[in-house]
Formats: sequence, C-alpha cells, structure tokens
Amino acid sequence: MQDKSTYILYTIFTLGICLLGWSIDNSYYLQLLIFIGLNTLLALSLNMLMGYAGQISLGHAAFYGIGAYVTAVLTTTYQVPPLLALPAAVGAAMLIAWIVGMPTLRLSGYYLGMGTLGFGMIVHIVFREWSSVTGGASGFVGIPPLEIGSLSFTSDKAYFFLVWIVVLLVIIMCRRIIDSRVGRALRSIHDGEKAAAAVGVDTRTLKLQVFVLSAGIAALAGFLYAHLIYFISPGTFGFMASIRIVTMVVIGGMASVWGALFGASLLTLLPEWLHAFSEFEMVVYGLILMTVMIFMPRGLTRGLLDIYQRYRKHHDR
Amino acid sequence: MQEILQYLFSGITNGAIYAVIALGFSMLYSSTDLINFAHGEFVMLGALCMVSLSLGMGFSLLPAFFFTVLIVAAAGMIFERLAIRSVRHPEPIVLIIITVGASIFLRGLGMLVWGKDAYSMPQFWDLPPIDIAGARLLPQSIWILLIVTALTVGLQIFYRKTLTGKAMIACAVNKKAAWIVGIPFKWMVLLAFGLATGLGAVAGASIAPITMSSYDMGTMLGLKGFCAAMLGGLGSLWGAILGGFLLGILEAMGVGFVSSGLKDATAFLLLLLVLYVRPQGIIGAADVKRF
Repeated sequence: MQDKSTYILYTIFTLGICLLGWSIDNSYYLQLLIFIGLNTLLALSLNMLMGYAGQISLGHAAFYGIGAYVTAVLTTTYQVPPLLALPAAVGAAMLIAWIVGMPTLRLSGYYLGMGTLGFGMIVHIVFREWSSVTGGASGFVGIPPLEIGSLSFTSDKAYFFLVWIVVLLVIIMCRRIIDSRVGRALRSIHDGEKAAAAVGVDTRTLKLQVFVLSAGIAALAGFLYAHLIYFISPGTFGFMASIRIVTMVVIGGMASVWGALFGASLLTLLPEWLHAFSEFEMVVYGLILMTVMIFMPRGLTRGLLDIYQRYRKHHDR
Repeated sequence: MQEILQYLFSGITNGAIYAVIALGFSMLYSSTDLINFAHGEFVMLGALCMVSLSLGMGFSLLPAFFFTVLIVAAAGMIFERLAIRSVRHPEPIVLIIITVGASIFLRGLGMLVWGKDAYSMPQFWDLPPIDIAGARLLPQSIWILLIVTALTVGLQIFYRKTLTGKAMIACAVNKKAAWIVGIPFKWMVLLAFGLATGLGAVAGASIAPITMSSYDMGTMLGLKGFCAAMLGGLGSLWGAILGGFLLGILEAMGVGFVSSGLKDATAFLLLLLVLYVRPQGIIGAADVKRF
C-alpha cells in the first residue's frame, strides 16, 4: 500500500532533519527540536491508540514515566549499561500495559477515559511516594548520559540526530502497521466496534495489542528523555502531562501520522511563544485549546485544509 | 477508639465536601451527558471568592456565601453558553479537551486575580472545637454537614416537586422525547450548568475556613469528587452522596492506619476497583456502555 508520495514524504522528512541538524548550532534551538521529537513520539504512540483504534487514554504519561524511571533506576542505582536498560524500560511498560489493559479496555467512552486517568494518577503517586527507589517528590538525580560502545550521545547535536532517527523509524513502523491488514482491522474498531467484531475482527485482542504497542513507544520516549535531562521528577509525568499528549493528538488531527508531528511541534513551541505573555500564559493556553476544539473539532490540520478547500471552491466560482 | 473517632470525624468532613462536588458532576452528567473537567476549578473559584468577599470586602457571612454561589453559577452559565453550546459535534473527546482547556483557563485566571498565595479565613462560627470522647470535632464540620443535608433535601424537592426539576429529569431520561413534549432543552442545559457550578461554589465556600485556598487547589478536589461520583454511581443523586462520604472515610482511615502516602491514591484505587467490578457504581443504574 506504500505509494510514491509516502516515499517522497519520507525523503523530504529525512532531508529536513539533516538540514536542520547541520545548520543549527544554537543549543537552545537544538534542545527545542529534541523536545519536539520526544513529544512527536508520545503523540504517535497515543495516535495509534486514539486516532486509529478510537480508544481514549487519559493516563498515557504513566508509560512515559515508567520508561524514564526504569532506565533511571537501572542505569544509576544498578549500573546497568543503557543499551540493556532500554529493552527493560520498554518491556516493563509493555508488561504493565498488558496487565492493566486487560480489564481497562473492556470499558468504552468516558468510562475508559476515567479508567486510564485513574491508572495514570496511581502511577504518578507511586513515583512520588516510593522515595527509596524513585527519589520521591524531589526527583531522581544523576542519570548517566547515553553511551553505546564508543558512541556517546552527550552533545546536543548527536542527541538531536538520535531522537529524530528514532522518530523516523517509529513513523515508518506506524505507517506500515496502519497500511496492513491489522491496521484496517484497527480502523474498523474505530468506526464501529460491534460491526468490526461481526466481520470477524478479534477486537479485544487487537485493542490490547495496540495498547501495549502504544505503551512501548511512550516508554521509549521516556527512556530518551531520562538520558537527555539526567534528572527526572514525578511532576513531568502527572495528569497534566497526559492531557498534553491527548491535546497534541487532537489538535494535530487524529488518525494522521503527520498530524501527530504537527500537533507535537505546535504544543512544544506554544509555551515558548507564550512566555512573552508571562502571567497570562495559562489563560491564553486554555483559550487556544478551547477555541481550536470549538471551531475545528477534527484538529488543526484538517480544519485548515477545510478552510482552504472552502476558499478554493469560493474562488473557482 | 479515640483515634478511630478522630479519623472518622475528619473523614466525614472531607467526605461531605467530596459529596457536594460529586453531586455537581452527577447532576451535570445526568442532564447533559457531559463530564466537566473544569468542575474542580469552580470549587476553587468558590473558595477564593468567599475569602475575598468576606475578608477583602467585609461582607458578613450570609451575603458573602450567597454572592459567591451566585457569581460562580453565573460563570458556569457563561462557560456553557460560550464554550459548550458552540460545539457542533459534541463527541466525548472534544468535550473533554474543551473542559480541560477551560480548567487551565480558569486556573490561570485564578492566578491572575488572586496571585500564587494561599489564603485562609476564620470559621463560620468562632467556637472552640467540640470534644466527643476525646476526639475533636470542628464546628465548621457541623456547618458543612448541615449544608450538605440542606442541599440534598433541596435538590430532592426541586426534582420531585417543581416543574423545572421534573423537566430536567425528563431531559436526563431522553433528550429527544423531552424536546418533543416542549421542554426547552437548551435552557435546561444552561440551568444544569448553573446549578452544578453553584454546587461547586458551595463546596468551595464551605471548605475555605478549614483549608488553605489557592489557585491550584481545584484539580485534585475535582478529580476526587469525580471518583466519588463514579463510586456511588454516575448520574445518581444518592450515589454521589454515598460515594462522597465513603471516599472521605476510607481516605481518612487509609491515612491514619496505613500510610499518609496513600491519601491521594485511595480515590483512584477505588475508582479502578469500581470500574472493573461494578462500573455502574454502588447504586447507579446498570445503563453503562460496557462491552
């Protein structure tokens, strides 16, 4: 199902990364781009679950946090090399997702949202209260930088390339899954779960699988985050963080890989722009969220496209 | 024994507050099918308005309380009119993000108006704590219990005896049918928002004397009130009350006998338990979208 335009998009994307990576030397901008990459991973992971399978999760930051904390504890407390900590971090998140997903994914609509919210809050509280392992509310300090053999990712530029290569790989993986038989089954769940079951889609297993996959990608982002910042604290993985991921997916436009990239970029850059408003930052942020959702409930990408098409139609006439 | 009684008192006090917040969630859900994630922020507005009106502007207790509820209910209705009614395709996910946006907006507004300080105010009655078998009961707790009882009775009368209340129940049962028999559905939604946020304001104003009120107090209170509503059964009046008290008491016992780290976790553990075992809540209707 991969047509020519997809390959062209991949090429443009790769060239864009190379261009940005080689031309930018300012470490502030590089950091910002790295964060856009991490948020894109998170948005992609939730997009698989929410955009394609139609299952809401209001606790996705929990998996992000599990990825970060598992690698932090392993590499710092137990001196495990990061390369071994990576599968452990991702695996732990996937295992937890599998256990939690079994009862939770039987719910739907608001109730599913609430179940995932409750799970996210509990994980957040565990990070905060289990201070002998996680460092408690004050956070976990001294996470080592990422070193794989002789390769060391200590400079911003190296990390930039690492994160964005991972993003590219995850995008390709997501696209391949979506364009496959499994992907079509997923989208059928989104459109009508009972109808999907009636035509032979094993909805329960499939929902669980996509939930586990989604948790794995989020944990990968958490792993990268921990080794970028060297310091993690529970506040990064709370309720508002989960909401921010949902917002990225919805604002960017659901069920679109590039929409996730757009939403993540926008929501990473928005607070930076809003710093100019200083005290009004929260008020403006809230207003933007509400306005976009009221006038473009299908996300900015789709909303802007609709406006463009309406303009074209008007113009042609 | 004395300890248990003390935990019970503090549990009942907190539970009453959760019950009022849960009532707001439940009411709104039953008449509009909407979960307002900004509800906790209206509680915060209630508490801070109460502090400002009674301490800052020197209103006496009753008018301060009255105006607080009025102001916050008006804010809730404005929110409904501007943000909720304008949504063309009210899907859960869109409404969740809009109300979350509203909650961020209101928190920002609270920070602008009241700053980042935490405020306290004197109790409604300036009496010493009452001593019952060695455990201390704050007079404010009695106030809160009285308020909850009055609210429950009032709401019950409103739903059972008045035409407006009956119309609102009709909307909750079936919107289209209610519209066909001539009930102004939009007004009912507006009214439900006013009532629900008014209830939030009552909760906020009642706890202003026993906690520190600040712009960021709302989120956790809102989430816990929500857990209480789920626990009792979303959309049920008595369920909300029962859930609120149950949550308050269990939380206090958990803190007292197990660990203080458990305080915030109790609500969410109960939430998950209810969702897995009995998603319609303890006394909720069985009409739950569960696969």
